[in-house]
Amino acid sequence: MAKGDNIVRLVHMGKTFHTDSGDVKALDDINLDIKEGSIQGIIGLSGAGKSTLVRCINYLEVPTSGQVLFEGQSLGDMTDAEVREARKKMGMIFQQFNLLDQRNLLKNVTFPLEISGISGKIAKDRAMELLRLVGLEDRVKNYPAQLSGGQKQRVAIARALATNPKVLLCDEATSALDPKTTAQILDLLKKINKELGVTVIVITHQMSVIEAICDSVAIIDHSHIAESGPVSEIFANPKTDIGRKLILGNGDINETPITFGDSTKKKIRIVFDGLSAYKPVISEMTLACKVPVNILFANTREVEGKAVGQMVVELPDDHTEADQITGYLRDNEITFEEVR
Amino acid sequence: MDASSISMYLEETWATIYMTLISSAISYMIGIPLGVILVVTDKDGIAPCRPVHTVLGVFINIFRSIPFLILLVMVLPITKFMVHTTLGPKAIIPPLIFASAPYIGRMVESSLKEVNAGVIEAAKSMGATNWQIIYKVLLPEARPSLLVGAAICITTILSYSAMAGFVGGGGLGAIALNYGYYRYQTDIMMISVIILVILVQIIQEFWMRLARATDKRARN
Repeated sequence: MAKGDNIVRLVHMGKTFHTDSGDVKALDDINLDIKEGSIQGIIGLSGAGKSTLVRCINYLEVPTSGQVLFEGQSLGDMTDAEVREARKKMGMIFQQFNLLDQRNLLKNVTFPLEISGISGKIAKDRAMELLRLVGLEDRVKNYPAQLSGGQKQRVAIARALATNPKVLLCDEATSALDPKTTAQILDLLKKINKELGVTVIVITHQMSVIEAICDSVAIIDHSHIAESGPVSEIFANPKTDIGRKLILGNGDINETPITFGDSTKKKIRIVFDGLSAYKPVISEMTLACKVPVNILFANTREVEGKAVGQMVVELPDDHTEADQITGYLRDNEITFEEVR
Repeated sequence: MDASSISMYLEETWATIYMTLISSAISYMIGIPLGVILVVTDKDGIAPCRPVHTVLGVFINIFRSIPFLILLVMVLPITKFMVHTTLGPKAIIPPLIFASAPYIGRMVESSLKEVNAGVIEAAKSMGATNWQIIYKVLLPEARPSLLVGAAICITTILSYSAMAGFVGGGGLGAIALNYGYYRYQTDIMMISVIILVILVQIIQEFWMRLARATDKRARN
């Protein structure tokens, strides 16, 4: 399979749970193609169905309708043994790390190899190689209880990579970590994607995680994919309410949405890509137009050496003055959109 | 205390230890599979099977609700068939197994249920079979809890074995019964009770230490 082909395809996939209090539709008509070698983000509020979605990809949850295709083959058509073989090509890491407490780090990493029937020196050498990759080669004899959260997740990543998987599923892998450790783990995932060519699928509720490492993103809302596409496009021009909420919510959708000042005035959201963020856009704009604007919200950060971010400004009541500003932005090819 | 009574205590202490260890070993060989089946076939287990889970649960509860002394008498024909005698330490082993295997099954079940469901899910995500999950995840991860359970189970079996005296089973319980109860020789009864207490202390302490020493969860 060539790089760029779809390694995972979800086709009209749905999942309904049958509970005592009736049927619960967790996922409905999910269509998503994930390219080999990419980092795909899946974001949504808690309860949106994203954890169920990731578990359908490796059939820990069996979808009740539609298909899951891995390397072009439908998991639904496979025998139990074939599904287990497919799982060996898909590593998975979790929010709570899920390491084996009674095994040391080395034995944790050799665990998936034991399951695949690989033991002895080959397994040990492979585990050591991976523990070096995640920077824990001097802790091999330690037990999980002796590690910090970030270190545990590193071991979990090493373990998930032991069988040379093509896909790494990350279920809220950084949600239990502090911001600094989160950044380190995200860097590691990016490195694994670049150096080993592993397709990474990231489930998160934090927009900052998506911005930091993902190429594409799918936004899940109420069991559906609300919108999906390249991160830069979605970020610049979200088409749905949930998309706007996730992006404007300062990257963390658990925060209360911001109410932007006087609701009668016209407001615009200016999106900074790598280029415009280094220019004093607002200063130049006010100087050029001789019109003051009120900055309501701003949020910029560095992603891969490029500054990205957004700013919400309130335009003057006067229509001519407001048009002057939007005209200036258009002329300078700065992405913006009107917000309410 | 004369030489003959010392040798009597030694002999009956050994009989007690013998009955307890043999019964415990065999009961665990039956109890571990019982506990595993209960956990695996439970509705959130790795191979849910309601009929098996329910039938086994009822079966275990029936055995657990029969008082040991009654069970001892009830299984006498089976005892005779298995060990060809209804007297002596050997004869107490079958009823001890009937009483303790279901009890151990329940203890094992509760230990295995303590294993974090996330770890089982992680093993599944690696393509582990149910057998691999049982012997590479469930049992090793539950080891400290299983050992604590073993301390409780073995001391319970020891105290059950003391009832062997009622069916001519020998052991320290028999001394206490024959000398203390039938002949009013309270001192002899007290000595055998003290030996029983010491045995329980030793077993309890040994297994608890073993559980702590092999638990990797909280050692920095």
